[in-house]
Amino acid sequence: MQLVLTEDQELLAKTAADFVAEKSPIRRMRALRDSADPVGFSRALWKEMAELGWLGIPFPESVGGADMGLAELAVVLEALGRKLAPEPFLSTVLLGGQALLLGGNEEQREAWLPGIVAGDRIVTLAYAEARSRYDVHRVSTRCEVVGQGFRLTGEKVQVLDGHVADAFLVTARSAGDEADADGIELFLVPAGAVGLTVERQTRVDSRNAAIVRLDGVVVQADARVGEPGRAGALLETVVDRATAGLCAEMLGGMSEAFDLTLEHLKTRQQFDSVIGTFQALKHRAARLFIEIELSRSALMAASRAIDRGADDAPRLVSLAKARCSDAYVKVANEAIQMFGGVGMTDEYDIGFFLKRARAAELTFGDAAWHRDRWARLGGY
Amino acid sequence: MATTAATLESSDLERFRSETADWLREHAPPSIVGLTGTELDGNWGGRRAVFANDGMKQWLEVMGEKGWTAPDWPVEYGGGGLSPAEAKVLAQEMRGQRLPAPLIGFGLTMIGPTLLRFGNEEQKREHLSRVCRGEIRWCQGYSEPDSGSDLASLKTKAVRDGDDFIISGQKVWTSYADEADWIFALVRTSTLDKKQDGITFLLIDMDSPGVSVKPILLISGKSPFCETFFDEVRVPVRNVVHEIDAGWTVAKALLGHERSMIADAFGGATAGPPKKKGSRGRLVDLAAHYVGERDGQIADAVLRDQVAQSEMDTRCFGLTVQRARDAAKAGHQPGPESSLFKIYATELNQERHELMVRLAGPGALGWEGPGFADEELKLTRDWLRSRGNSIEGGTSEIQLNIIAKHVLGLPD
Repeated sequence: MQLVLTEDQELLAKTAADFVAEKSPIRRMRALRDSADPVGFSRALWKEMAELGWLGIPFPESVGGADMGLAELAVVLEALGRKLAPEPFLSTVLLGGQALLLGGNEEQREAWLPGIVAGDRIVTLAYAEARSRYDVHRVSTRCEVVGQGFRLTGEKVQVLDGHVADAFLVTARSAGDEADADGIELFLVPAGAVGLTVERQTRVDSRNAAIVRLDGVVVQADARVGEPGRAGALLETVVDRATAGLCAEMLGGMSEAFDLTLEHLKTRQQFDSVIGTFQALKHRAARLFIEIELSRSALMAASRAIDRGADDAPRLVSLAKARCSDAYVKVANEAIQMFGGVGMTDEYDIGFFLKRARAAELTFGDAAWHRDRWARLGGY
Repeated sequence: MATTAATLESSDLERFRSETADWLREHAPPSIVGLTGTELDGNWGGRRAVFANDGMKQWLEVMGEKGWTAPDWPVEYGGGGLSPAEAKVLAQEMRGQRLPAPLIGFGLTMIGPTLLRFGNEEQKREHLSRVCRGEIRWCQGYSEPDSGSDLASLKTKAVRDGDDFIISGQKVWTSYADEADWIFALVRTSTLDKKQDGITFLLIDMDSPGVSVKPILLISGKSPFCETFFDEVRVPVRNVVHEIDAGWTVAKALLGHERSMIADAFGGATAGPPKKKGSRGRLVDLAAHYVGERDGQIADAVLRDQVAQSEMDTRCFGLTVQRARDAAKAGHQPGPESSLFKIYATELNQERHELMVRLAGPGALGWEGPGFADEELKLTRDWLRSRGNSIEGGTSEIQLNIIAKHVLGLPD
């Protein structure tokens, strides 16, 4: 495993950085928020990204993908994370897309993956519930056998991009207790299904999400994704991939927040000095630099381990998420403090990074949760 | 995925490898196999050299004659004249046969490279071969009681007297000064506006009249550190390395060399300390022993969390060292990440020892004597000693200053 960007990855990084610089400044995200845009991202930009091949990065060529992996996708997501771009990579390329890729049968993959890769279809994973916290196996949504099909009843929260999804991959329990890893099913439910209601949520970090209620939604047997009762394992793998993707976004965001802060330290004057000359601030900034570099190493290792199918990939994902969670929050907290009063204004962009840092920390498991997972996987 | 040229060995190098392996097998005394050749059992050489066993004495002699105590130094100065690739092969073959380095010390790591770069022909001929044969042991005289982080403020005086300098002053933290034969010291030859500009790099024979040494006892017990006193010591001017008043340049280069050595040293510890068979890692083993387990988990949830944090920090650091190494192998310019190595590795080591002491609980209360296992006493001493890691070799505060200035570009 080489923790260095290949020439292709460097080119991808540069392309992504140029694209984002030109087409996705932070004010775009601000405008979407302020106008309460019904979609919450730009379908046109999403198509452009598809045409650049970004959506197909972790998919096989047979569905129009590039047959690359998380290492390449991470490079793109980092660029997007710098500018808090809201396009549905996490929901569609990672959660929904990877679940179909890894768990779907040929018909399901063929029906949905080309559309996802082309930027025409939004598919998301509806798995989290009000009481599940970070445990993907904590599923109460019920699944009852009805003739040749199933009836689904329950409520999913924080469904990323749920308000615009064309289809939902919904977890439901057919057997076992509330937190059992076994007895979980995964169903592909199209938007507009009878009994399915979607209500958009408003998050502190403006990421697009929705509540999805299933009130006796009936699906046929061909809607089941993966092996009966065995979706628990698939879920973990899929969420690990999405976690790595989120970490890449977080790395971009913390880097941008840090750069903004450095710029402020070099320009803001008080007491006849540029405040960057004050040693206390120098030392705190130096420590943030260390955190970001360590986060980068962990993220690079995790994405490459996933691509290799390495045994220790889950552990490295936990390493990356724990590190990135603590680092991004620390960078963002320090950034606000160093910006002083203006850092607390909505007018300044730095507040967006604080909100995104916190929200990202609380998604897919925080640092403490991942330390516990690291320990469990380490046998203690 | 790119393959680097280094993975394909030329036939010349292959031949060198098999010849080297044969030579080593033929000449390495059996009694040295498995010795580490590092601080505790290594050959430091010198006029009063002490060897771990007869085999180590032989090993030094036979490797010194071959030039392989300093494999990549020029042959005319006692080295092996090997290319970097060949030196790497030699190191690999020695590792493979579990052979220790034949010689260690500041002669090889510090004064040797310094003389090769800044020394004149006379100095190279006089000193380097004696280092290579392990005849002369060196120590370093930089810090003074009033000049630690602010090294350039040093005051040990060198007053010109004909063909000599008369040296008066005191050095502190001179490692192994009580065992060394020669010292390379920074002395003040002029008092100029810029304090760096009046410093000279000088080689001094420790047997010279007026030199005395006092060992320093630390809070952790005995240490290799010493105070070194110069009471009107006469030193020939020809022992100046480079130029009079230009010693700071030499010192800075040596410092840079030290830093890359530290980085290399860390490179060998990318995944933390090596695990014994069946071990889940030292921290987990300690926790299991002192705190116990319940339902397959360390019984104290807080300590378990702290163990995980420490392991994860260690892994992140190792991955960062690997990243810097991989970038160098791929031919990239050195990135900024290596500037975090010293501060992060030392603070990591300190936190690890803090945690180990807390895991041991009352078991870590001992200084010596009954009621404590040897490992417990060592743990307590190691924890005490670790408090110095963030101070020696450039304090953490200085490291942060360096990052702030040279990596982040924050203004003075």
